[in-house]
Amino acid sequence: MTDQTIDFRTDPSRYRHWKLSIEPPVATLTMEVDPDGGLRSDYELKTNSYDLGVDIELHDAVERLRFEHPDVKVVVVTGGLDKIFCAGANIQMLAGATHEHKVNFCKFTNETRNSIEDATDNSRQIWIAAVNGTAAGGGYELALACDEILLVDDRSSAVSLPEIPLLAVLPGTGGLTRVVEKRHVRRDLADAFATRTEGIRGQTAIDWGLVDHLAPASGFHDLIAQRVAERAADSDRPADATGIDLTPLQRSIDGDAVEYGFVKVAIDRSTGSAAITVSAPSTDQPTTGEELQAAGAEAWLVQAVRELDDAILHLRFNETEIGTWVLRTVGAIDGVVQAETVIGADPDHWLVREVRLLWARTLKRLDVSARSLVALVEPGSCFAGTLAELVLAADRSFMLDGTWEDEDDPPPPPSMRLTAANLGWYPMSNDLSRLQTRFWGRDAAYKAAAELVGKDLLADAAARAELVTFTPDDIDWPDEIRLTLEERNSFSPDALTGMEANYRFVGPETMETKIFSRLSAWQNWIFQRPNAVGPEGALQRFGTGSRPDYDPRRV
Amino acid sequence: MSNVDIDAKIPNNVDLAGDRRLQRALEQWQPKFVRWWEDLGPAAFKRNPVYLRTAVAVGQEGWANFDHVEMPDYRWGVFLAEPEPDRRIAFGDHKGEPVWQEVPGEYRSDLRRLIVVQGDTEPASVEQQRHLSLTAPSLYDMRNLFQVNVEEGRHLWAMVYLLHRYFGRDGRQEADEMLERHSGDPDNPRILGAFNEETPDWLSFFMFTYFTDRDGKYQLASLRESAFDPLSRTCDFMLKEEAHHMFVGATGVGRVVQRTIDLMHEHDTDDVQPHGGINLDVLQKYVNFHYSVSLDLFGAETSTNAANYFAAGLKGRFKEESRDDDHQLKSVYRLVPEATDDGIGTREVTQLAALNETLRDDYTEDCQKGVDRWNRSLADAGIDFRLRLPHAGFHRDVGTFRSRHVSPDGLLLSDEEWQANASSWLPTDADRAHVQSLMVGVTEPGKMAGWVAPPSRGIHQQPVDYEYVKI
Repeated sequence: MTDQTIDFRTDPSRYRHWKLSIEPPVATLTMEVDPDGGLRSDYELKTNSYDLGVDIELHDAVERLRFEHPDVKVVVVTGGLDKIFCAGANIQMLAGATHEHKVNFCKFTNETRNSIEDATDNSRQIWIAAVNGTAAGGGYELALACDEILLVDDRSSAVSLPEIPLLAVLPGTGGLTRVVEKRHVRRDLADAFATRTEGIRGQTAIDWGLVDHLAPASGFHDLIAQRVAERAADSDRPADATGIDLTPLQRSIDGDAVEYGFVKVAIDRSTGSAAITVSAPSTDQPTTGEELQAAGAEAWLVQAVRELDDAILHLRFNETEIGTWVLRTVGAIDGVVQAETVIGADPDHWLVREVRLLWARTLKRLDVSARSLVALVEPGSCFAGTLAELVLAADRSFMLDGTWEDEDDPPPPPSMRLTAANLGWYPMSNDLSRLQTRFWGRDAAYKAAAELVGKDLLADAAARAELVTFTPDDIDWPDEIRLTLEERNSFSPDALTGMEANYRFVGPETMETKIFSRLSAWQNWIFQRPNAVGPEGALQRFGTGSRPDYDPRRV
Repeated sequence: MSNVDIDAKIPNNVDLAGDRRLQRALEQWQPKFVRWWEDLGPAAFKRNPVYLRTAVAVGQEGWANFDHVEMPDYRWGVFLAEPEPDRRIAFGDHKGEPVWQEVPGEYRSDLRRLIVVQGDTEPASVEQQRHLSLTAPSLYDMRNLFQVNVEEGRHLWAMVYLLHRYFGRDGRQEADEMLERHSGDPDNPRILGAFNEETPDWLSFFMFTYFTDRDGKYQLASLRESAFDPLSRTCDFMLKEEAHHMFVGATGVGRVVQRTIDLMHEHDTDDVQPHGGINLDVLQKYVNFHYSVSLDLFGAETSTNAANYFAAGLKGRFKEESRDDDHQLKSVYRLVPEATDDGIGTREVTQLAALNETLRDDYTEDCQKGVDRWNRSLADAGIDFRLRLPHAGFHRDVGTFRSRHVSPDGLLLSDEEWQANASSWLPTDADRAHVQSLMVGVTEPGKMAGWVAPPSRGIHQQPVDYEYVKI
């Protein structure tokens, strides 16, 4: 890893690896990775292999296509190199990366693929993979995230998941899961597919269900055009709406302080914690989709969530030793509620929908972050509706019972408020709201809490409704918080991550939960095993001409 | 806000007046304590003025103020010894770092546990001894009993202070639970076994204060070494009071020995039982019993908990700083006893693993001193019998000797051999019944019950026949 701060902020004018062309109703995103454009200099990004930098641009493109181009109904992702669609994650990059970088990298790439599916499913911006060359490993997984896969039938281009035979690791971005869960490939064929280095070509790929359409090279463009035309008709995106510019996020980093407009991060290295504070808007916010569109990226609903998303990513990658995130809010509850009203009032407006979905994705990002989340409900806070999700996302929450008695002019005691936002606007990866997840299997408790929508709840009421964990008074508060943070900081980070991941996602499994739990857990185990990462393991031996030497014991 | 002036009522040096947290603690906890004292404190003479020592400050002058006080009006003080400037952690992984003025979150649970276990013993002994005042052999002894009781009560306050001041809600709950557990209550017993044994008679009381309170002394002394400075300072001050409890035990047993000697001479017999005395072999059985159950309080020979506490700086050794070693103990070794089917041997472990055994060794050495003094009285009287501490493996329920039978001489015995001899080593029902039969309350100033000799001097320069408790 480089010591450089990894920055997730970019825009198409700065892309090195992708070309984005917009011809409504279609956008074409062409992958053409600059081999010398890696985040580190010890590998070359040959044959459209990618590293985090490539994926940061992809993530940016996915977001911009949704917000800036309401008139784009179909996105075609294709390769810009001869005979290569995408070769997947760069192996030298993985071999040289720290374990935490590998895990963070996989998590982020998974989130981006999930957001591609989210775009298809919920924004009705339908993604089609035009696989015009070999799609190996992560390359095929990128195609899997699209709603349909077109493969060129040139007797050489194949789709493959060669990780197991070549690298002794798993396909890390949902490949195994999507093959059987999404594409319904029979499990024995899926097994044959994932153990076959050269992959599957042509009609067999169709027969096995690995791709949807096939065309010879000469007819490939026509196939794409035909599929785009057909799928564009499926989309409800407006042809005549104007997008909003996702203007560059203003961020300053000064020592341990990271500041945006509505989001501030203060790192306390002594307790290994970072306080993430989200401010409520102080001005009236748009109440209709049209007004929201006019306000654009400066609307609180848009700006605050973009900042929060960036802060989460920044902390995940650049502050790996900061293990606890303390979630705080500042401002007026009414301000938050007023700002989110538009989501309930104009839910079908394309931009309102995008904004809600972005909040949902960002809150999910919080859910799957390998950090302890502690929410503090203090006087002056505004945990209402959308922001109350932060309390519900937290592993522990503390709400001050009463006020700061010692202050000359004590502020009003804090309250929190549930709104419609907490009843389904922002599903978790298990497809339940955080409130449903909190009361999984306890319908009466859920119902009782849901009935409190709209009411301001003081600590006592919030505790009775089981919305917060502990409600110390002002005398106990400083010690309770300090001891909690110090204690958390003394536990094994690995054990905490495991415990939190187990508790956060109760209830039904979805493709997403399987990717973030089953796949990630196995992959993280494999990433630690000598068979993959030892000196004689496959990742180290890859490309050296020597075969890996495996320990044959099954564990 | 409080309707009593807590600060005036509770002598303290912890800025009670300026500490809202502590005020609230005391306001909420004090009524529960008062109720507990009423229900489970001394059963008789509750309102009689007792000549008690009250600590009103920590200095030389302050901690020993004598006056007649009715126990419910005793001023339960909260005192920490004066802070030692720039005190450093003396042992473990944090050796050399400044001591902690607040509880580090990392050690919150461990420290709370240590304080709760220590604190739980304080009210326990008051409960165990609550009926003894009815059979006090003299007003002098009754006063000593009450002095011990109120100081155990104050020690409870000291531990409760720490729980309230430093451990938040959890601490308050633990403080409440210390009044909810009761000695000998089968559903809600005190934490440590020895504190659920009743103290049925005054001989047991003397033995208890000599042997079991001495365990307390060693536990407090090792907690005094703690890196958590408020705990260290609290224990430091408690140790001053604990010394009086040892004194009550050492002189109490000594006076029983003396009385037995006097009766043996007077009646020219070894069997003083018919003459209202306690035979030396019965005294030996009581020593065997109380010493062995007290040894159990130190825990198993090797202990990961103790090692963790030491490494973390939570609990040191007796007189840690005067010991000449690296104070980390990871690469120094010692032998600990090990009992197997083949016999009693030893094995070598790191000193870090064997901290319980090391503290138990210090304790045993200390116990022996009193035994030696009692034996000097016997020798001076020309009597050959000698009291002695039984082997460490005798009558043990914790550690390597658990579920094995070991004689007072340290021989591994079969079940049959044990059964055949146990009645000559441990008090029998008949022994206890005889001791019990001697227990009659004596409330006339200066008079003593017939089984115990008068003390050589009174309390705080008062004569022995002083009216220590006004009846």
